[in-house]
Amino acid sequence: MGDSLVRTEQLTAMNEGFRNVWTISKRELGGYFNSPVAYVFIVIFLLLTGFFTFSLGFYHERGQASLAEPFFSWHPWLYLFLVPSVGMRLWAEERRSGTLELLLTMPIAPWQAIVGKFLASWLFLAIALALTFPVVLTTAYLGDPDNGAIISGYVGSLLLAGAYLGVTELMSAITRNQIIAFIISVVVCFLLLLCGWEPVTQFLVNHVPEGLVSLVKGMSTWHHFGTFQKGLIDLRDVVYFGSVIGFSLFTTSVVLRGVRGA
Amino acid sequence: MITVENLVKEFGTKRAVNGVSFEVKPGEVLGFLGPNGAGKSTTMRIITGFMPATSGRVTVGGHDIVDNPLAAKRLMGYLPESAPSYSDMTVHGFLNWAAEMRGLSGAARKDAIRRVTGLCFLENVLHQSVDTLSKGYRHRTCLAQALIHDPEILILDEPTDGLDPNQKFEVRQLIRRMGEKKIIIFSTHILEEVEACCTRAIIIDRGAVVANGTPAQLKAKSELAGSVTVRVHGVGVDAVRSKLAQLGVAGKVSAQSEGNSVSARIQPRERGQGADLASAVADVVAKEGWRFDELHTEEGRLDDVFRAITKPDTAKAAA
Ligand SMILES: Nc1ncnc2c1ncn2[C@@H]1O[C@H](COP(=O)(O)OP(=O)(O)OP(=O)(O)O)[C@@H](O)[C@H]1O
Ligand SMILES: [Mg+2]
Repeated sequence: MGDSLVRTEQLTAMNEGFRNVWTISKRELGGYFNSPVAYVFIVIFLLLTGFFTFSLGFYHERGQASLAEPFFSWHPWLYLFLVPSVGMRLWAEERRSGTLELLLTMPIAPWQAIVGKFLASWLFLAIALALTFPVVLTTAYLGDPDNGAIISGYVGSLLLAGAYLGVTELMSAITRNQIIAFIISVVVCFLLLLCGWEPVTQFLVNHVPEGLVSLVKGMSTWHHFGTFQKGLIDLRDVVYFGSVIGFSLFTTSVVLRGVRGA
Repeated sequence: MITVENLVKEFGTKRAVNGVSFEVKPGEVLGFLGPNGAGKSTTMRIITGFMPATSGRVTVGGHDIVDNPLAAKRLMGYLPESAPSYSDMTVHGFLNWAAEMRGLSGAARKDAIRRVTGLCFLENVLHQSVDTLSKGYRHRTCLAQALIHDPEILILDEPTDGLDPNQKFEVRQLIRRMGEKKIIIFSTHILEEVEACCTRAIIIDRGAVVANGTPAQLKAKSELAGSVTVRVHGVGVDAVRSKLAQLGVAGKVSAQSEGNSVSARIQPRERGQGADLASAVADVVAKEGWRFDELHTEEGRLDDVFRAITKPDTAKAAA
């Protein structure tokens, strides 16, 4: 009896938690679609993916309709600028306009706001990504695509976007200036990407101990995203991206506590 | 019930709040006064759970704001000083969001929005985007947000800032009406507002409480409080001054002529003799057959008290 009462209470608290997260997400998403920024972003994203895939990716010359290489391999570079531009305002804008005071005096736990904002932006990126589907259809029409690689590529791409977004949300909490948040995010994401990029690892191999090289490589988004491109969904890679997201969001909560304290 | 005990807040090496303690009970409207930078907003930010205090304790309705923030925050509605709102939303969207954050749904939410729209006179701008509103309307939108869940406790940081005189009047009425059942703490720089709505006022200076009492009690601290002013016609200044100075209950008497009338201010010899002094002065006026058009006892003025107990910035800088 008492036990079930406790459980009901926990359930209610959990429901309330989800509801709060959803309320935050809804507002954030509305913010994207109420302004022209969202549409501009999506158009730019689609144009760039199309451009990279069809022209720079030598799509046609390969004579084979493999999506993995030309389509997904550009995502780490595209996201480098596009994800920070989506996430830069998340906290910086709240801090600049003073709505942070409103948000954090509402009866919600700070993590609910942090997660709610993250999910909204992630969903937005997912929508943009989903709109690249015509590219996939074209491949299917032109040749004989590897469906497995397409699915794993999309999963990897989404996780990659999530990791960059986590970093951006954290950087957005550090400053009240969106532009600064954008620049730092690009730099940090670039470092995360670079430390596993072939030319850089090659350079490292010649200069630092091997253990360190593999550690650095293991921290790279490039390295973990690569597996997905090959058509594999490896739990380790999923855990990696999950940890980057988790760590960023946790650190965001620490930063926000500091912002309020000082 | 709100209790604040020994609140201290430091920003780096700077002490913004330095040992503030007070209590507020239901049915009380507490006015927060103090010069710019005194620590009013900081104290409110700590009470509402936005900032943690460096030391000290705040409980709201029995819930400690640090240990049990959600329960405490549920009881409060808060209007921050800058009256922030999300500029990419419409007024209705914003209020709807606030209602959802407060856990209102369905018909209750619709009713709540309708109620606060009426209270804050937002009907005409309900579907306008917040960033196209005038300053006063933006302020009212944020105030509406604070009222949306009809909270037991209202913390309002300068609620009448930027409002036109009609709206100032309306908001004061609202505060007074709601204050009968709720706990309201509001800060202001308008001293008449304190007399108009507060059951009690606290004056804060440089982070510390320097006065705490009903508006009448505070006014009584004024130098002027209890002195009698009289204006008579057709008599010389010196005659007036000497006659009044002969009164037993009179202390310092000052008189000056204004055109063909003379205005005199008589301070009581001892504080708290206001009523005796006034009748004694009236007797003199009658006996001498002076024509007069003014005779009253000063209640004291809040702004005198305010100036006397809060040192102006220049004095602070010199100190
Ligand atoms: N986040 C902060 N970081 C550093 N100092 C701060 C911060 N917030 C407030 N202060 C300082 O604390 C002091 C008290 O500020 P507060 O805003 O509480 O004053 P106030 O009484 O509300 O003044 P006003 O009447 O101008 O609104 C000021 O000296 C201010 O500079
Ligand atoms: Mg203030």
